[in-house]
Amino acid sequence: MYGDELIRNIGIHLMYVFVSVFFGFILGMTLGILLSRAPKYSKIVLPILSVFNTIPGIVFIGILFLYLGMVPMTVIIALSIYAMFPILKNTYVGITNVEQKYVEAARGCGMNRRQILFKVELPLSMPTIIGGLRMATIYTVSWTVLAAMIGLGGLGEFIYQGININRNDIILLGAIPAAVLAILLGFLIDVLQRKVTPRGIRKEVK
Amino acid sequence: MSFSIVLEHLAMVIAAVFCSIVVGLPLGIASYYFPRGRKAILFVSDVLQTVPSLALLGIIMIFVGAGKLTVIIGVTLYSLLPIVRNTYLGLSEVDSGVKEAARGMGMSRFYRLFKVELPLAFPVMFTGIRIATVNAIGTIVFAASVGGGGLGSIIYKGIRVMNVKWIALGTLSLMLMAILFDAVMGIVEKKLNQKFTGKSLQMNAD
Repeated sequence: MYGDELIRNIGIHLMYVFVSVFFGFILGMTLGILLSRAPKYSKIVLPILSVFNTIPGIVFIGILFLYLGMVPMTVIIALSIYAMFPILKNTYVGITNVEQKYVEAARGCGMNRRQILFKVELPLSMPTIIGGLRMATIYTVSWTVLAAMIGLGGLGEFIYQGININRNDIILLGAIPAAVLAILLGFLIDVLQRKVTPRGIRKEVK
Repeated sequence: MSFSIVLEHLAMVIAAVFCSIVVGLPLGIASYYFPRGRKAILFVSDVLQTVPSLALLGIIMIFVGAGKLTVIIGVTLYSLLPIVRNTYLGLSEVDSGVKEAARGMGMSRFYRLFKVELPLAFPVMFTGIRIATVNAIGTIVFAASVGGGGLGSIIYKGIRVMNVKWIALGTLSLMLMAILFDAVMGIVEKKLNQKFTGKSLQMNAD
């Protein structure tokens, strides 16, 4: 009898995850690239970000909820910001860890700065960036459960409902699909990570 | 907000991290000695961390009932990965020359582990404990939804009655706790590294 509702909530859950991770990825990667061009500021920006990272996702959702109200935008903005952190950090770390000799070789080949970024630095740091994407996705699946707290659906709906009316089967109806979803998405991104690793460095990564 | 809530939160963090050390250390050592079991152990602890925290707590609550015990078990499972992985990494990064020398002196396997390998691996293991602790501080916010109290309860309450002051208070205490633990344990980590290796090695800082 919960079949339809389950499918609907899985759909809502996935929608939140995809939209927020999408925005988080674009934002995180852009900022990460910008930051890697200006390493001077990274000493200030990165610690600030890691401080922000200690704010639990529920607070983002809660505070935005007070200002924006009970709209999906609340969840999406909060989760996008949250998803941005690991991607930004890994983009920055990935690019700054690219060995200088490759960048110099590229410059020697006559590449301009944009070509170096897109043809050398980004491909070489892709495994690290996708690692950040994995973290962001799994966090987001986890924090999306909270959407239900402010009445916005998703798999958390069952969990909260089950806890409130003390029905174990309803808790499991939300908890198990949420767990499976996280594990599945993590696995998919692992596959993606292997795919985006440039062939030349494939053996070095594990 | 009374100070006792901070202490309640802290007590749960310490209990959970302590339990994960008790469980994770032997698992880390086991994955160092038995390459065949390693994959399974690391896989399971990876999956445990992937499962959304609220889903994990919900599932455990079915068996244990609402309360602090559920939270502590959940966060213990959640913190296993950094501890198991870093114990394993620390042990396998011990210089093979040193291991060889210990064997040459006629030390038994047991002796080697406790007198040579574990002490040398300790800085890396400590990094794992630091990561687990900082993560646990954030995860225990969820305790509030399974009747465990802690700082999450203030944040939840603040969201429910739309009181920004409560949310801010809860969040700030939480951030302060996370930053404080991270900083203090980071200093200890640096000291350990200098003492043991003379240089700083950071393994999988995230």
